[in-house]
Amino acid sequence: MNQSEFLEIVLPFKDKVYRLAKRLLVSKDEAEDATQELYFKLWKNKSKIESYDNVEAYAMRMTKNYCLDQLKSKRASNLTLIHSNYKDESASLQKTIEYNDSANIIKKMIDDLPEKQKMIVQLRDIENYEYQEIGKIMNMEPTAIRVALSRARKTLRDNFIKKQNYGIV
Amino acid sequence: MELFKIEKLIEKYLNAETTLQEEDILKKYFSQDEIPSHLISYKYLFNYYSNSKLEEVNKTITLPNKRINLRWLSIAAAFVLMVSIYSIHQNNIREKEEARLAFMETQKALNLISYNLNKGNKAVAQLKTFENTQNKIFRNNK
Repeated sequence: MNQSEFLEIVLPFKDKVYRLAKRLLVSKDEAEDATQELYFKLWKNKSKIESYDNVEAYAMRMTKNYCLDQLKSKRASNLTLIHSNYKDESASLQKTIEYNDSANIIKKMIDDLPEKQKMIVQLRDIENYEYQEIGKIMNMEPTAIRVALSRARKTLRDNFIKKQNYGIV
Repeated sequence: MELFKIEKLIEKYLNAETTLQEEDILKKYFSQDEIPSHLISYKYLFNYYSNSKLEEVNKTITLPNKRINLRWLSIAAAFVLMVSIYSIHQNNIREKEEARLAFMETQKALNLISYNLNKGNKAVAQLKTFENTQNKIFRNNK
């Protein structure tokens, strides 16, 4: 497989890879780096790609695993910062201003979901994957996915309504 | 679509029982402007999902240029090394051979010189006997 053939297969879902990475890593720069890194990895494994019937699900699963690894190492290195009790008042003020708009509130609510639910919401409600594909990406049974998704959808709705009642939105 | 159907779909949606087609119906429904107030929070949620799907990666993705295979590189290096060792070795043999030839030539030349010197010596020895005999004769004549 040469480069152009490879790109023809893998480039159509680059935005989905990026959006999943951004959902997990939050920062735009890190999501871009993760996307780049994933395509390096795919290129290295290009001999395997031909044997996969669903390259996109395979790539999404790699993205998921890579981002979770990134988060793990980030958390490990951030421990020192947490202990220093560092608090930036201006930053938190900035945050409250930013969240004063519905999209940011929803984004924050999704951020606060458990990782599994967060990814499933991303894959289903934003990327509109079939349950079977989500199962391949998450390595989960479709019924377990439905349970997690239902929980996430209800949490998001309840929390959003609560915020509306407080008059924040 | 009638409101009760939408409400039913929402119920199914919250239980994660809707198909993608049904979720698309909801998405379309909530993209319109007039939404009953008790459903307005769904409008925000569905709008957020639709808008999120529009986000694209700005950075262009690059792939590594054709990397030279490390295995082939090492094979080539080993080959070059072997060829150079072989040629140095070959050079040494040639130098030894040349030295041997030069030694033999010199030896030949020296042999020639000594042979000719010996020839001279013999002649001188002959002269000596001649002189001895002459001396005897001259002494007897005195």
